[in-house]
Amino acid sequence: MIVRLRPIVLIAVLLVAWQVAVTWHPIHLLPTPWAVVGGIGDLLQHGLLLKYVVASLFRVTWGFVLGVVLAVPLGLVIGWNRRAEMAFNPLIQILRPISPLAWIPIAILWFGVGDLSAIFLIFLGCFFPLLLTAMNAVRGIPAVYLNAGRNFGLRPAALVSRVLFPAVIPQLIVGMRITLGVAWLVVVAAEMIAVNSGLGFLIVDARNAGNRYDLVVAGMVIIGVIGLLLDLGMRSLEQVKSLRWSYSED
Amino acid sequence: MAKVKLQVEHLHTVFTRDGKSTPVLEDISLEVGEGEFVCLLGPSGCGKSTLLSTMAGFLSPTSGEVKIDGEVVSGPDPRRIFVFQERGVFPWLTVEGNIAFGLFHLTRPEREQRVAHYIKMVGLEGFEKAYPPALSGGMKQRLEVARALAVNPDMLFLDEPFGALDSITRLIMRGELLRIWEAERKTIIFVTHDIDEAVQLADRVVVMSARPATIQQIVDIDIPHPRDISSSRYLELRDGIFRQIGLAHRI
Repeated sequence: MIVRLRPIVLIAVLLVAWQVAVTWHPIHLLPTPWAVVGGIGDLLQHGLLLKYVVASLFRVTWGFVLGVVLAVPLGLVIGWNRRAEMAFNPLIQILRPISPLAWIPIAILWFGVGDLSAIFLIFLGCFFPLLLTAMNAVRGIPAVYLNAGRNFGLRPAALVSRVLFPAVIPQLIVGMRITLGVAWLVVVAAEMIAVNSGLGFLIVDARNAGNRYDLVVAGMVIIGVIGLLLDLGMRSLEQVKSLRWSYSED
Repeated sequence: MAKVKLQVEHLHTVFTRDGKSTPVLEDISLEVGEGEFVCLLGPSGCGKSTLLSTMAGFLSPTSGEVKIDGEVVSGPDPRRIFVFQERGVFPWLTVEGNIAFGLFHLTRPEREQRVAHYIKMVGLEGFEKAYPPALSGGMKQRLEVARALAVNPDMLFLDEPFGALDSITRLIMRGELLRIWEAERKTIIFVTHDIDEAVQLADRVVVMSARPATIQQIVDIDIPHPRDISSSRYLELRDGIFRQIGLAHRI
């Protein structure tokens, strides 16, 4: 019980320290925690909180789902096929280090200012990590599993669905969890530039329209909390028994 | 000897890597009768696992051929199952799911009946719904043997199946394997580097030389089961094989 309370106690102590420091300091560098709570209250009252959270989650969902649907099958095929891997790998390695944010001008050129641009940027942010995860997962399948599958007379389609797919699932889930975190990072940045709703927009707008730093920090807190909840959701997938095994257990 | 099950004829295998070719198997010829238990004996790295994989159809020989029931082996086949060290069980399936893996062509009641039969045979009752990471090494090994037997193959290839087990579990597993073999009379090719294991189990022991592997000698083990491992005949055969290994590998 005490162990479980420890992080809560730590957060409470930091909040008090924050309140005290801001009150004593002559120059206004940060809103107080109370002001932030007030800011969240304001947003709730105007119905903006729910609207912005939904807007951001909507973009993340589309970008992430598109990324999964395209990158995972492609990665599995490339990872499976040595020649395809040799052909694609240099291109992937060149495109991968480019931050999705560098694509912002091109996204706006192609899709205009709006949801499509933001979704495209999130999709880019998800695509390469997922592609590499899928490629590595296929390459990492121990040969004994594939040989055993062949030995029992599985045809290629059955080999994919009954051996290859279950063998890569644990690694895919870990990759998807990390990538969802990336998507959540990218949505905030994309919303600062390409759209006029969402939590990223809230932060930029609160500063531009009257230096409402209480709303800025309120936006940051909400981003953090939702990021945590998304991660918890993905972690609960990892707890499913038939998915939870891993090679390292032997 | 009973009807010939497996024939290996002038088998040569050369591995090529980075432009360098390494001969692994050199002119191996061998006949195995139906229902026979044969051990391939040699030190690690001598090529005995390569020979076994070639017999099972996972590797193609450079020249020569393997015939089973008179047909040239061209790939793996569910009529002959390869048992890896216990790492071969699928960790994403339960004990039941693993045993049922090769039974997809059966109806549901047939499948359930056969799974139950083999769970009982290898003593895994009570663990039907368990996943392999929750099993001990010996249990995983029994599970893999049960999965192999469930498809009713006429041959089993075992590649140092008990190598990763502790010495007591290994003794128990040898007894279990003999019991199953006596009940089902499959043809078994068993790879090991353990002289005692070979002499305890096999009808014939094929002693292999260092790489490139050739057959140094084939020893008939003419002791009926259950074998008394302190009998003079047992010790004589074991010491004979030990000397052969010494000659072959200059120890």
